[in-house]
Amino acid sequence: MKNTRISLFLVLPAIIISFAFFLLPIVQLFKVSVVEGNGISYWNILTQPMYLKSLLSTVGLSTFVTFVSLVIATITGLFLTRYEFWGKQVLIAMLSFPLAFPGVVIGFFVIMLAGRQGLFAQIGLALVGERWMFAYSMAGLFLGYLYFSIPRVVLTVMGAAEKLDQNLIEAGRSLGASRWQIFCDVTVPTLRPGLISSGSICFATSMGAFGTAFTLATNINVLPMTIYTEFTLNANFAMAAALSLILGLVTWVCLGIAKRQGAASVGMGG
Amino acid sequence: MKKDKYFYMQLLFTLAVCSFLIVPVVMSAVAGVTNNYFVGIKSGFTLRWVEQVWMLYSDTIWLTMKIALATTMINVIVGVPCAYVMASSKSRWVSVFDELLTLPIAIPGMAISLGIISVYGGFSDFRSSWFFILIGHVIFTLPFMVKSVLAVLQSFNFKVLEEGAASLGASFWRRFFDVIIPNCKAGIVAGMLMTLTLSIGEFNLTWMLHTPLTKTLPVGLADSYASMRFEVSSAYTLIFLCLILPLLVLAQMLNNKKVQNN
Amino acid sequence: MTDKTNSVEITLKNITKTFSDGTLALKPTDLTIKAEEILVLLGPSGCGKTTTLRLIAGLEFADSNGGSINFGDKNVTELPIEKRKVGMVFQSYALFPNMNVSENIVYGLKVRGIDTAVIDHKLAEMLKMFDLEKYAKRGVHQLSGGQRQRVALARAIITEPDVLLLDEPLSALDALLKARLRGDIRTLLKSLGITAVYVTHDQEEAMAMGDRIAVLDHGEIAQIGSAKEIYLQPKNAFVADFIGQMNRFEGNVIDAQLVLNTGKKIPLSSEALASSNANETLSMMLRPEDIRLTKVTDEQHALTGIVSSSVFLGDRTRVTLEKVQKEGKVIVDCFQRIEYPSGQIVALSFESKHLIPLQG
Ligand SMILES: Nc1ncnc2c1ncn2[C@@H]1O[C@H](COP(=O)(O)OP(=O)(O)O)[C@@H](O)[C@H]1O
Ligand SMILES: [Mg+2]
Repeated sequence: MKNTRISLFLVLPAIIISFAFFLLPIVQLFKVSVVEGNGISYWNILTQPMYLKSLLSTVGLSTFVTFVSLVIATITGLFLTRYEFWGKQVLIAMLSFPLAFPGVVIGFFVIMLAGRQGLFAQIGLALVGERWMFAYSMAGLFLGYLYFSIPRVVLTVMGAAEKLDQNLIEAGRSLGASRWQIFCDVTVPTLRPGLISSGSICFATSMGAFGTAFTLATNINVLPMTIYTEFTLNANFAMAAALSLILGLVTWVCLGIAKRQGAASVGMGG
Repeated sequence: MKKDKYFYMQLLFTLAVCSFLIVPVVMSAVAGVTNNYFVGIKSGFTLRWVEQVWMLYSDTIWLTMKIALATTMINVIVGVPCAYVMASSKSRWVSVFDELLTLPIAIPGMAISLGIISVYGGFSDFRSSWFFILIGHVIFTLPFMVKSVLAVLQSFNFKVLEEGAASLGASFWRRFFDVIIPNCKAGIVAGMLMTLTLSIGEFNLTWMLHTPLTKTLPVGLADSYASMRFEVSSAYTLIFLCLILPLLVLAQMLNNKKVQNN
Repeated sequence: MTDKTNSVEITLKNITKTFSDGTLALKPTDLTIKAEEILVLLGPSGCGKTTTLRLIAGLEFADSNGGSINFGDKNVTELPIEKRKVGMVFQSYALFPNMNVSENIVYGLKVRGIDTAVIDHKLAEMLKMFDLEKYAKRGVHQLSGGQRQRVALARAIITEPDVLLLDEPLSALDALLKARLRGDIRTLLKSLGITAVYVTHDQEEAMAMGDRIAVLDHGEIAQIGSAKEIYLQPKNAFVADFIGQMNRFEGNVIDAQLVLNTGKKIPLSSEALASSNANETLSMMLRPEDIRLTKVTDEQHALTGIVSSSVFLGDRTRVTLEKVQKEGKVIVDCFQRIEYPSGQIVALSFESKHLIPLQG
């Protein structure tokens, strides 16, 4: 009896904060999104090309970024777990370090690479006498999203690759399987839970990436920018609320998938 | 593993990936101390831009630190007891609350901040104070703190330690402060570092929650990217990097120590 | 499948393996494994059994000091495992967790792009042979240890390899199953007529399994021969101690007898005498089951000891004696049902031809 009371006392501040500053706001957001015009916002999202296009292009971009990150991270992650060599720890540190960079800064880094005075512009100038600039286009956004996705996925792949059973690979080889066949039949199945979970996290992060988009996507309609514009410029709070709830739902589902895969891969150990 | 041609192909690829991540960081660090980036390094190095950033934006740096420290303090006070209860209670409400608590990680900052504005935006004194940003940061970082402590608590049988202390006559609070807290210190420290790093770099929520008088460092950064010269933006970014780099190194060291202990 | 494969002779010439960290896992070794022979590599953990097996498999490569490995006439020293046509059975079985029993078994055929009709036919044959028909579609997680073992074997032999390599294939199983399976495996290997190398650290398994046994000690072959040779004529103390129990007597040769440090005497056979000089210090070994005990009342007899303990083991009683020599004990296996209480004085007798002289 006394124990329950102490427990409640200990957890109460967290409950209050969670309810007051998270649950209540989200519920309110939902109310705002449906009260106005009986949920007309949701109808508009489906019927007005501007919103639908924004939603679809965000999904498309995020999918593509996820796919490319997974490919890159699989190659790099496998490499870094498979071989021992001098300077390996430095490479791993380099790959994990950008995890802590906020989206705005990553946006700036893309400008560094592909802006007017960026690296690519200078290379292009030197090679063909013409500045290569794409920081403020879909390609720039893609580069930025890739930047924050790679570290997440690489670290997960490395964790999964460490569990790779060397004997399985040797068994495959003894049966005459080629490098590629072993990769498909042994390596990828072992990595699969890690790839799915880090892939969903990567997708969710890309969907909701506001900072990078804010720096680069002044002319591109990705979902976070659409929400921002609706809220600030058009003062259409209902629409902003509806869009951000849809966005939240998508990312929540993705992270649910990630969590499930994480749990499944732990359970498989037995 | 033998180092054949595949090794060198993959090494090359990995080096390319690493340079994609690191080159812009180095470029912006260099640009921040270059006299004229148009001309290049040959224009000479200077701290002029850093000074200019300091003059223009030093208040954002102070505010960021204030918010980060306050967030961390709240997280420790609120998160540690919460993690303890979640680790020791078997009630099914715990898993429900766990889901609610971690939801802010899953839901984009935009949605959370819009929600907070829709509920509390009307209280103009609150809206224009830095506390408005603080609550956003707490909501966003608290789950990381709780998870970090929870991971440590679940890695050893703290119940036995507690019962041991109880058998020696220690009251609940003595046990909590003498047994529980010292034993999950590693988790608390890791959670604090995480909170500091996240809070210092938080933009998605903060941009929506800030007012012209409550600008944090990332908000200032976005501002400078849009309106300042290249060198100033770079110098500002450099300051930001200097601020979070020690935290990252510390976290890495802590992690290595943990791996060694295992 | 039942028709004999074209099995090959394996020859290792001057093969050495040093790992990159400097560990010398295999000292320069010559070894010939005859076609259709089952050779067992036996030795304690870390003696280099797995390393030798992996060298034969092509999973490791020998130091480049002119050594060579031949499969028949073919020099395979530089060939990786994919090109050697070897089947492998791993200690952990290494079954692919993402495939079911059938998929695991046919994997080696599938990667060779063999016709599905042929694959199906061979699969059916394997499932039948290994009594796995009921489990064809099961995931490998749902199998017992013995079933997994059989899947691993089926997978290794379905491709009809020239050589089958097994690394402690039974060590993960319980004792009863182990005893049954080693008989099954031997019968199978013999019916396939395949050249096989079998690694184990269990001497009983080695003796039951192998045509010949190679005992490894710290990266070199201490002795190679049939089970009988190894048991009855161990070349050195290591082999003698590793295989079965052994008593060791040490003393000086005086008047055609070995005089121990307690003054007790052991009569020597004429062969032993022929190969030794008078007054020379000599070590002799004797198996526990070769000694007979007689209860006596005093220590007047030439060779006596005092019972320190006796343990009933079912088929025999293991009696431990002291005071035969100044230090060490003597172990005797008695097959008669006679009680030997502690403190009982006993006389030891044996045929002197059972004494094994020890070199080195
Ligand atoms: N990859 C390796 N690198 C370094 N040393 C190794 C490696 N594999 C085995 N060894 C060493 O070689 C010796 C023989 O090992 P191994 O052949 O596995 O022994 P066994 O199978 O008889 O137990 C051991 O001392 C072991 O530590
Ligand atoms: Mg071994």
